[in-house]
Amino acid sequence: MSEKQEFKSITIDKLVSTVKELSAKGYRLVQISCTKLDENMQLNYSFDKDYEFLNLKLDVGKDAQLPSVSDIYWSALLYENEIHDLFGLSIEGMAIDFKGNLYKTAVKTPFGNC
Amino acid sequence: MSRRTIIPFGPQHPVLPEPIHLDLVMEDEKVVEAIPSIGFVHRGLEKLVEKKDFIEYIYVAERICGICSFMHGMGYSQAIEQIMNIEVPERAVFLRTIWAEFSRLHSHLLWLGLLADAFGFENLFMNCWRVREKILDIIEETTGGRVIFGSCKVGGVRKDIDPVTLKRIDKLLAELEKEIKDISNVFMNEYTVKRRLVGVGVLSKEDAHVLGAVGPMMRASGIAQDMRNLGYGAYSKLEFEPITRTNGDSYDRCAVRIDELFQSISLIRQAVDKIPEGPVDVKVTGNPDGEYFARLEQPRGEVVYYIKGNGTKFLDRVRVRTPTFANVPALLKLLQGCDFADVPILILTIDPCISCTER
Repeated sequence: MSEKQEFKSITIDKLVSTVKELSAKGYRLVQISCTKLDENMQLNYSFDKDYEFLNLKLDVGKDAQLPSVSDIYWSALLYENEIHDLFGLSIEGMAIDFKGNLYKTAVKTPFGNC
Repeated sequence: MSRRTIIPFGPQHPVLPEPIHLDLVMEDEKVVEAIPSIGFVHRGLEKLVEKKDFIEYIYVAERICGICSFMHGMGYSQAIEQIMNIEVPERAVFLRTIWAEFSRLHSHLLWLGLLADAFGFENLFMNCWRVREKILDIIEETTGGRVIFGSCKVGGVRKDIDPVTLKRIDKLLAELEKEIKDISNVFMNEYTVKRRLVGVGVLSKEDAHVLGAVGPMMRASGIAQDMRNLGYGAYSKLEFEPITRTNGDSYDRCAVRIDELFQSISLIRQAVDKIPEGPVDVKVTGNPDGEYFARLEQPRGEVVYYIKGNGTKFLDRVRVRTPTFANVPALLKLLQGCDFADVPILILTIDPCISCTER
């Protein structure tokens, strides 16, 4: 049995306001992840409410500055630090900034390099 | 105002089976704040998807965790099957459910043992693991493995369980139920156990939601959400309700897991009764092209498998959000204001799996 999943594309300038809206509607933050594409990075912000899965999709350049959503969902800080450490994306305003030390990797930003 | 000190906790500590480090900011005996460091066992398993094709990658997925290994393979397979529109045979779906519930049984018993060990009840610890051993035996008999089952694959399962063994499983469940009842009686009613768990580390329903807690951690705070209700596997054909408690303390987190042991026994029984005859796999042709988030209920809570395929045999991305990763923020909240002596118990009550978390 497959789960119904809704995907929505958004832009950086709409990210914080959209996440705020979802938080106000009672959505739970499920995860944030990053995928390296040929030219860009693709971010997925996933939410759940009463088993309804909603995913915000955001394509950004490799040098993009992302706003943090950790002041809306505090738990986002771990996902954001992970994305910063593994993919090298810069995220501003994280509730705790591990400054690249959340993961102890032998190579810097191993998932974003090659 | 008391003087603040910082106590480094972990990554090596008797109560930690796996490495996590916490800087505990203390005022006398009270923890004011906990700052985590993870990343000691980051293996980059998600990156390995560039070197293994999508059929082979299930071996990697299973090795993400030594406890939920089967369910990692199952989550990965389900995501691929969804993208490729593969119809998995009914018998395979039931077999997956049986092994998934055996995984939950042995995982919860392992956790109960570790909890007993953490508060110094050695005999209870050994009893939990003695019972767990019987589950590992039946897993070994039916799959060939005790840690890595290797029985799940894209398109079905690699092994079948014959009718004689299925009957024996039914008999074993009766034995297990009795032994687990005895163990649960100690956890739920013993004075010394209650002294260490009742009222310790309360996570409110609101905090559990806002902090994104999952699994028994969330259900012990009164949120009735269990990903098995999505109906994957054979769960849509089995009867069960999410198990919840309302106090959100360590005792309730323990109680939820104990009740889930009985729930798993019931689910295996139902699955054994209803399992249909038929093939256990289908041939997989083509390559995955598309993306999907598969969500499963592992023993520690919701796991998310994000797969993005590009039409070749190598995937663009495998991303695994494990339940412990989701429960770390709630743990940090629990630690604020707790007694230093309760730190090991509180860390354990999220049932941490750091290897899963770091992948």
